[in-house]
Amino acid sequence: MIVELGHFALVLALALALVQSVLPLIGARVGDARLMETGSTTALGGFVMLALAFAALTHAYVVSDFSVLNVAENSHSAKPLLYKITGVWGNHEGSMLLWVLILSFFGALVALFGRDLPASLKANVLSVQAWITVAFLLFILLTSNPFARLDPPPFEGNDLNPILQDIGLAIHPPMLYLGYVGFSIAFSFAVAALIDGRIDAAWARWVRPWTLVAWVFLTAGIAMGSYWAYYELGWGGWWFWDPVENASFMPWLSGTALLHSALVMEKRSALKIWTVLLAILTFSLSLLGTFLVRSGVLTSVHAFATDPTRGVFILGILCVFVGGSLALFALRASSLEGGGLFAPISREGALVFNNLFLTTACATVLIGTLYPLVLEVTTGAKISVGPPFFNLTFGPLMLPLLFAVPFGPLLAWKRGDLLGAAQRLYFAAGAAFVAVLFVMAITQGAAILSALGVGLAVWLMIGSFVDLWGRASFAKAGFSNALRRLAGLPRSVFGTAIAHFGLGATLLGIVAVGAFGTETVTTMAPGQTVHAGGWGVRFEGLAPRDGPNFTEEVGRFTILDGTSEAGRIESARRLYTARQQPTTEAGISTHLFSQVYVALGDAVANGGQTVVRIWTKPLVTLIWLGCVAMAIGGLVSLSDRRLRIGAPARAKRRGGRPIAEPAE
Amino acid sequence: MTRKQKRLAGIGGMVGVVALAVGLVLQSLSTSIAFFNSPTDIVSNAPVPTQRIRLGGLVEQGSVERGADSKVRFRVTDSVETVPVVYAGLLPDLFREGQGIIAEGTLGPDRVFLADTVLAKHDETYMPKEVVDDLKKRGLWEDGNGMVAPKGGDAPAGEPVAMTGAGS
Repeated sequence: MIVELGHFALVLALALALVQSVLPLIGARVGDARLMETGSTTALGGFVMLALAFAALTHAYVVSDFSVLNVAENSHSAKPLLYKITGVWGNHEGSMLLWVLILSFFGALVALFGRDLPASLKANVLSVQAWITVAFLLFILLTSNPFARLDPPPFEGNDLNPILQDIGLAIHPPMLYLGYVGFSIAFSFAVAALIDGRIDAAWARWVRPWTLVAWVFLTAGIAMGSYWAYYELGWGGWWFWDPVENASFMPWLSGTALLHSALVMEKRSALKIWTVLLAILTFSLSLLGTFLVRSGVLTSVHAFATDPTRGVFILGILCVFVGGSLALFALRASSLEGGGLFAPISREGALVFNNLFLTTACATVLIGTLYPLVLEVTTGAKISVGPPFFNLTFGPLMLPLLFAVPFGPLLAWKRGDLLGAAQRLYFAAGAAFVAVLFVMAITQGAAILSALGVGLAVWLMIGSFVDLWGRASFAKAGFSNALRRLAGLPRSVFGTAIAHFGLGATLLGIVAVGAFGTETVTTMAPGQTVHAGGWGVRFEGLAPRDGPNFTEEVGRFTILDGTSEAGRIESARRLYTARQQPTTEAGISTHLFSQVYVALGDAVANGGQTVVRIWTKPLVTLIWLGCVAMAIGGLVSLSDRRLRIGAPARAKRRGGRPIAEPAE
Repeated sequence: MTRKQKRLAGIGGMVGVVALAVGLVLQSLSTSIAFFNSPTDIVSNAPVPTQRIRLGGLVEQGSVERGADSKVRFRVTDSVETVPVVYAGLLPDLFREGQGIIAEGTLGPDRVFLADTVLAKHDETYMPKEVVDDLKKRGLWEDGNGMVAPKGGDAPAGEPVAMTGAGS
């Protein structure tokens, strides 16, 4: 009964979305305030309906109602409650439902917090948002109904793929979707602006917080997915350049570019057309990501769906939205007024530099991801484009950008002083130089490239705070004065510094793991100690153990720092009984930022010996902590007075910001 | 700077970056991509030792040997030809005899495939898509039935029945 109610709510949500996609648009055309207001009502109603549908499906999972096909295929009564709930989005149908739920959630947020928006813009935005909702609801109802019944119901469910039974994956997809789908707001704003044929700095001020919210979630989601792959897959890698990872990384790259270009538009009314295009492209890449993951065109861990009708349907959605919005862009972009010119060396110039490199790098990732598909379709040849390709193309394109990051915030708008900025960065440059020398010294000059990489990371981390240091003028104003000045600075300045610092931290982690990590594969007997990368790993023995829905063989290890004990870890080979699927549960011992990572291989026949793979990962956690810092930077920036959702109009009326300098 | 110069600087920068990117992409597409090959492809048309390839097929029943040096030797078959593979390292969880895998690496001069990566997909049928497509194309695979004996030939070593069973 509850399941049918859920299905019914889903259909109602479609009906509401259909109304929402037409009426507000007409209202905006003819200037009828009541028609425009229907947008808010239907957006909120649609969200409630989808939330009900989602709750109904979750209920079916919690009570293990195996008469629902989706539950029978992906759940099991012996599964822990947490994984029953996360199992809702651990499969194709459920994850699409989550996708649409989040889409309508953002629509509802616009309806709720968009009171200060110009009425026609708000109506248009909600209509465009509803078009996307209609497309995906049709997709769910026609090709992937999560509420389909099964008759007769099986006695027991099929269980969720065990590698997905993990707390990391419980949070990863919702986060990622909040990011992906969050860009739909920027897209809707862009299309609405094109429909209106009008765009101004206030528009950019509206788009930026939404983009920032999406970006924060996407950053956190990608980092979480990366950490999940790192500890769950047991291969010790944190990024595989897998097409599914690329699918989330491309919107991140162009979303990052969008954040920066919206800044130029907000402050200087320049780059309008480019910003609109970026907003369209960013969401298009999100849609492309959804297509790649959901259509099953890729072979990858994530590709659960293999039904071609679904693929064609999503491809249709992709073509209509990308093609339609780009066509609209081509028709209407010329009617948008261009902004003023600026000197190449200026804040605007730096942000253009950022955009240029980010979008180009994004394009190379796109090529590397799609080229195998295109080649297979056109010539039938099967190739794989793996990490070497991306390291050779993406890497070199990132280097100039990373080097330039500390300069950006130090350049003035309109016309900047590169030499002056360079002078202010002397301390960061000095620290980077010392870092290079230090790495060269401890490796006896063997790792020049790694040393330079560490130097670049230090340059980024310290250079990020030079702007704050200078604005507070610690050097001149005295400590207490400087602190007071610091407290008066706009939050966005802190946000920028923290996010750029996080980027540097991530880079430091990547370089350190790549250059100084070790990997040892060996056969170990109980009591034996292996030394790797400055750590000792003692194998204590192997013992069987039973879990709720699996059995496992647990190897116990003691981590030694010199001769003293530094930690104990367990590493297991697990067998999930329902699917008879084995998994590796790696043992990870964290020491400040570094980790020792132990995975069990196969048991060797005689006397409790086993193959063990040991990785030492210096500074590896910085990779994810850096991402966390980036996300925090985004949040801090979001809390800035002028970006607070709903605040812009008021801030404008008050006129003038507390600090005369333009904030970032 | 005049307007014209500013514009030129902007366009010049863009063209430069895009040209750099195109160069990098072309360069790495020619050196760092790996072509998919079946055992038959490799036996009939041996690639040069420097070419990276992905070898896809089934792990032949009874062919896996684990050496003392933690090197694993096994043979990959498409039921017509087999190729011996050497791999140093930890095999993925789903690596088992009779299952589809992809090994990435180069072909040694002695015709032994030196794999640096072995992938077994987390897929309900445990068969990588490329391997299935390749077998299907040559009539060695049928949806629903799995591996079938090559037409007009003797069934090769191994137990075809076990090859599609989930978690055989």
